[in-house]
Amino acid sequence: MSAADLMGFVLALLARLITGAQGHWKGCPPTAEQRIYFANHQSHFDWVLIWAALPKDLRLNTRPIAARDYWTATPLKHWLTREVFNAVYVARTRTDDQDPLEPLADALERGDSLVIFPEGTRSNAGDPMPFKSGLYHLAEQFPQVQLVPAWVDNVQRVMPKGEVVPVPILCTVTFGAPLHLGPGEDKRDFLARARAAVLALRPRIA
Amino acid sequence: MNLGRLRALGVDQQVALLFLILFGLLVFVSVAALLHALRDDAAANGEAARRFRRDLRAVWVGSLLFWAAWISGPVGATLFFGLFSFLALREFITLQHTRRSDHRSLILAFFFVLPIQYVIVANRHFDLFTVFIPVYVFFAIPVVSAMAGDPHRFLERNAKIQWGIVVCVYGLSHAPALLLLEFKGYEGRGAFLLFFLVVVAAVAQVVQELASRWLRRRPVARQISRSFSWRSWLMGALAAGAVGLLLYWITPFKAGQAGVIAVVAAGCGTLGEFVMKALKRDAGVHHWGNRSGVTGAVGLLDRVAPLCFAAPVFFHSVRWYFKLTP
Repeated sequence: MSAADLMGFVLALLARLITGAQGHWKGCPPTAEQRIYFANHQSHFDWVLIWAALPKDLRLNTRPIAARDYWTATPLKHWLTREVFNAVYVARTRTDDQDPLEPLADALERGDSLVIFPEGTRSNAGDPMPFKSGLYHLAEQFPQVQLVPAWVDNVQRVMPKGEVVPVPILCTVTFGAPLHLGPGEDKRDFLARARAAVLALRPRIA
Repeated sequence: MNLGRLRALGVDQQVALLFLILFGLLVFVSVAALLHALRDDAAANGEAARRFRRDLRAVWVGSLLFWAAWISGPVGATLFFGLFSFLALREFITLQHTRRSDHRSLILAFFFVLPIQYVIVANRHFDLFTVFIPVYVFFAIPVVSAMAGDPHRFLERNAKIQWGIVVCVYGLSHAPALLLLEFKGYEGRGAFLLFFLVVVAAVAQVVQELASRWLRRRPVARQISRSFSWRSWLMGALAAGAVGLLLYWITPFKAGQAGVIAVVAAGCGTLGEFVMKALKRDAGVHHWGNRSGVTGAVGLLDRVAPLCFAAPVFFHSVRWYFKLTP
């Protein structure tokens, strides 16, 4: 077992101890198909939670997206994202000659699954913000890949902004039924539909 | 059964026999349940049968943990129940609406109060153990909370955290305390005492459930529980008393004492369960099982609630009545 494997094991264990990291597969079974999971984004913990909620064999080729400038800044951050999570790096600052989605497309061509947060940034309270168009372009380019909506619940209570120590509170990740881009579907309609699919998974107290 | 021969066995052998009987019964019931489930009719797969199988699984898990706690000694037992406390408190807090400013109080509860309480138990400082949470923690939590500078619903938020600590940490920590309580001439038999408590509490629960179905009395508090009535509660407690009377030989008590103490402890356990039902209604949850879809409901709290309420009453009445100092 390498140091990275051990780190992954410890992180998954911690995530489970603190949040339970329960995965509720409501719309599809956890199978090893190529997928893009898209979820609401409230905290840095979101990725770890989704990752811990996945079965072990799915974790290996399900990859997060990481901002290159931030996550390669220190050796530890770089090691964590590269070796433990196998992240796909993207540039946050846009250069003219490069498509920002190119690294994602490369990963999908290689057969990996991705986890993306289409809001682009962390939203603090209430409903998620409108989705950015990256999801639409990926759906257009890779029609064979399943688009699975997911709702991460409660995670903002575990570690509010500005705190360092997480508080043990149960969180769930609910996975919904896969979406597909309809023939000739408008970009805005599709993104609204995708956002509604994520919102529909939010648990409600009966 | 020849009690004289049983008493002649060594402590370890008696404990081993206890577990042998327990697991033997469980295997028997499980095999019967399995055969029943193989039948292909409505009764075998109805709601009641499913609930029974789920409860049976919980009993298995509980018994195995109990056994593991026993063979691993005082340290292991304390760690086991400490973990249970942690999980139960986690579940409790999840269902309450905490605010951002509660963060520090919650850290205090989870990472300081809980471990310290269990360290005190493991070291058998029973006097400090009894007052640590009601006196010192009761004082510390609101201080930390006030420091956060958020007056919004201050009393309510603090009350919720205090309540969670008392039930999930203070209450449950009395279970390993029973394992470690020293009676004269009863050294090393703490497992029997805990076993006694768990059995009488379970009997009261089951009998009360059956009695409420059979009697169909008017419920005392319809809004909280449709099945709870005084008569079924009394039948549960009396049944527990009878079982306690029969089990007196595994305890340090005389027969009459064992019966009375079983009635008291089991009665408290079923009342505690009733209180937890009220709490669930307040939180808007009916079952704390995973099916509800509400984040935070895993159902552990349901299982340990009777023990959380029965164990402190049992522990302190025994300690007071028999004048057991440290």
